Amino acid sequence: MSIVLTKSFKEPPFCKKEILRYAGCKTIDSNIEELLNSCIKEAEKRFTYKVCYTQLDLNISDDVCDFGLFSVKSEGLAANLRNCKKAILCGATVGVEIDRFISKYSRISPSKAIMFQAIGTERIEKLCDAFCDDFEKENGVFLKPRFSPGYSDLSLTTQKELFRILDCPKNIGVSLSDNMLMSPSKAVTFFCGITDSTDKVVLNKCSHCSKHDCQFRGKI
Amino acid sequence: MNFLEYLNSNIVFLDGGMGTLLQSRGLKAGEYPERWNITHSDIIIDIHKSYYDAGSNVVCTNTFGANILKFDEIELEDIVKNAIANARKAAETSLSNKQKFVALDIGPSGKLLKPLGDLDFEDAVDVFAKTVKLGVKYGADLVIIETMNDSYETKAALLAAKENSSLPVIVSNAYGEDGKLMTGATPSAMVALIEGMGADALGANCSLGPEQLRNVAVELINNASVPVILKPNAGLPRIEDGKTVFDITPEEFADEVCTLVKMGVRVVGGCCGTTPEYIKLLEEKIKDLSPIPIIDKNKTVVSSYTHTVEFGKQPILIGERINPTGKKRFKQALLENDMDYILTEGVNQQEKGVHILDVNVGLPDINEVEMLKNAVCELQTVTNLPLQIDTANPLAMESAIRRYNGKAMINSVNGKKESMEAVFPLVKKYGGLVVALTLDEDGIPETAEGRVAVAEKILETAEVYGISKKDIIFDTLAMTVSADNNAAFATLKSLNYIKNNIGCHTSLGVSNVSFGLPYRDAINGVFFSLCLENGLSAAIMNPYSADMMKTYYAFRALKGLDENCADYIANSETFATTVNTPIAQTQKTPEEYGSELQKAIAKGLKDKAADLTKALLETIEPLDIVNNEVIPALNKVGIGFENKTVYLPQLLMSAEAAKSSFEVIKAYMSNGEKTANKGIVVIATVHGDIHDIGKNIVKMLLENYGFNVVDLGKDVPPETVLGKVVETKAPLAVLSALMTTTVPAMEETIKLLKNDAPWCKVVVGGAVLTQDYADKINADKYAKDAMEAVRYAEEVMKF
Repeated sequence: MSIVLTKSFKEPPFCKKEILRYAGCKTIDSNIEELLNSCIKEAEKRFTYKVCYTQLDLNISDDVCDFGLFSVKSEGLAANLRNCKKAILCGATVGVEIDRFISKYSRISPSKAIMFQAIGTERIEKLCDAFCDDFEKENGVFLKPRFSPGYSDLSLTTQKELFRILDCPKNIGVSLSDNMLMSPSKAVTFFCGITDSTDKVVLNKCSHCSKHDCQFRGKI
Repeated sequence: MNFLEYLNSNIVFLDGGMGTLLQSRGLKAGEYPERWNITHSDIIIDIHKSYYDAGSNVVCTNTFGANILKFDEIELEDIVKNAIANARKAAETSLSNKQKFVALDIGPSGKLLKPLGDLDFEDAVDVFAKTVKLGVKYGADLVIIETMNDSYETKAALLAAKENSSLPVIVSNAYGEDGKLMTGATPSAMVALIEGMGADALGANCSLGPEQLRNVAVELINNASVPVILKPNAGLPRIEDGKTVFDITPEEFADEVCTLVKMGVRVVGGCCGTTPEYIKLLEEKIKDLSPIPIIDKNKTVVSSYTHTVEFGKQPILIGERINPTGKKRFKQALLENDMDYILTEGVNQQEKGVHILDVNVGLPDINEVEMLKNAVCELQTVTNLPLQIDTANPLAMESAIRRYNGKAMINSVNGKKESMEAVFPLVKKYGGLVVALTLDEDGIPETAEGRVAVAEKILETAEVYGISKKDIIFDTLAMTVSADNNAAFATLKSLNYIKNNIGCHTSLGVSNVSFGLPYRDAINGVFFSLCLENGLSAAIMNPYSADMMKTYYAFRALKGLDENCADYIANSETFATTVNTPIAQTQKTPEEYGSELQKAIAKGLKDKAADLTKALLETIEPLDIVNNEVIPALNKVGIGFENKTVYLPQLLMSAEAAKSSFEVIKAYMSNGEKTANKGIVVIATVHGDIHDIGKNIVKMLLENYGFNVVDLGKDVPPETVLGKVVETKAPLAVLSALMTTTVPAMEETIKLLKNDAPWCKVVVGGAVLTQDYADKINADKYAKDAMEAVRYAEEVMKF
């Protein structure tokens, strides 16, 4: 039987360099730094860091990943999960406050809105990193890079299956629109292959990704 | 005995967890438990019966997710009908001799409501209404709304229950480890909202164990004047040998809940992880306790979606600036539907320290019903302050209160029969704290005694409608002292009497007193302190007035309301009347910037740009400032952005500085003429897409460059875009989409425009858009960023 567990995390430290990267700033001047600092100050302790997840057995044949409760056809996902016998399905969010900041400032100060947008992206990535690190330590395993609906050829409609299994609305307060948009917006769902060897883990997150024209590529 | 009679004199036992029991009997992850009412009715009846046997008075039907978003109408009816029949059958077959009731269980819709999500408030009311009607049809004894983690959705569900049944309704929310709902409400804020709307009990369930919910329960008990519910989890789940186990034993659970019952919790049960064993032990432990009587806490409060503001402890400041009276720039904003201006006014007042915002958008030439509703909804996206809904139009009042997320302050009712008949039913239905003006059919009584008599009449009538004294706050009307030397006496004397003899709170539009006099702030400040000394609870005031703020902080410091005078000291710097900083015109400006103003804009210094513009207006024509200063500065930054030497946040900071310069120019041009108009651009985020940051950025830049932008917002249907383009004859439409899934809506919009408004060019942009996509959906132009959209607009308008 698959069991969905939920977990809350403490606020991970803010990484200014990452935030500026997401905000599209390659260099920094004192005005931008001031803007960034004031946004971080406003954001501190305002978010909740929640994850729900379940562990499923996995069988892969060709480009079909069979998780028992459902199966997904995707070459990209199958390649990502290759050689894994188990995978975790996970939903994560930093809550609604970040959307309130973005929505407020996009009306009255778009430069702050862009900064909060970047902060939100950095926050959710940090949360996922924290979750994966904990999971590896607690279970003595290694995890492959996270793989989400929309990556490569994995259809966005896979969100429906993930939401059905994880019951994200109840467990972490994330809902899914008919257009596969998640609310709160700073939320992710992903698959993550479990392996017992570091050999199979791709350390550079970008090298496995098929989005070759990404402006952030190769800089993580 | 019906449920309410039973609740009135007993501790009520609810049931325990359902989901975990169903899982242990074979329910798979992702399977809808509600279908088991039909396919596995024997198991459902068995579980319900085991709870009745364990001592539950109330069993909640297995309908947590039974709503029209998940099931079609036929299946939904079948589910609710069978669910109630299953619970009823269990009640009949149980050997327990306790009073037994069947509660129609309503859980969250699974969607987040707008503006955070995509479900409209009224659609949410409709979703819950369908389930409620079925519950009534098939004979539920009461409705339980539970595990709600959003205050707005709670309001929608409670409204649906109240509008579609006369059954008792009890409401329980899911609080997080921070003691708040997911969307931010504190327990006391939920008490204000739920109690205001007339629920029969309220409380907390799910998420946490009883010990972690203790603070939430205590806050509920201390604030609620109706019975409090507590239905915690059996602690936190973990996996042992492939099974879910919870970390609190039935004994520990019963002990902790029992402690809270002794403190005043009245309705108890369990949620995830609890079983009949937990309920049995709980019942044995508690059954001999006497219920603690429910007393009226007599608190006068309003709330927002995060917190309450309580009257009586500290003077309350209500910001008066969202009001067109006497404000040309504000009137212009209303006529142009310039919501951003109104929102900025709200945020600025919050930064000045007000506790509540008055919202008045009444103007003869606008549709106040729509405008007030929209203003209230939009303000709640930029500020978490409670709002005071200020209108004389009962239709506008209802549309705004209904949509308001919280318990609103309502301004106002008065002693006229017609006013009370229109306003009191709204206060009763939606909850609210209503400002009552002490005037009636005979006008404003000149004497304090006359005003007190009107107040007493208003209280008597309110009681007939079932509105408690604590939900009425009196405004004894500040009249202008320049017209009548004794005007202030009557106001002060009557508010003193109402506060001290009738025991109601008071509120006053303080600044009315100084109409017609020079340097009004001096009179206002002193009058404000006299009012406070006479017991004024709240002032509707101008937070930009240094005299008013000085009075407020000084009064609190002198009255022992400001520990260590900390607030007084912290704010003392702002007490000096604002003096424009002299502009150092002689200061040398580096050549690259052209002028000080251009430098301020290039550097993104909003306040400095505004100050410099004010100074320049003394000697230079407004349009010359725009053309020779603001636009060249913006252009330089824009070119820098295009050449990748300036990044997006910097571009936006400059745009904001330019905007603040424009604001000064707009306010200066007293005849309301437009600063510049290069042509109309209609802008929208397409249907199904609720992200609008990109659209707002493009909008701001277009406005800076002198285009008249008609912003249709987000999630905009194709027909609406077409309608506006046709109405305004706009030569350009800008469409934004974030997701691949919403690009079809963009395509549909373009198709409509090409057919029915062929003159209109369409530029598209957004995260997933590419030139290929844009070509495929027949857009005239793909803009990779905001500057490119501006350049294209200039090209289309031939500038």
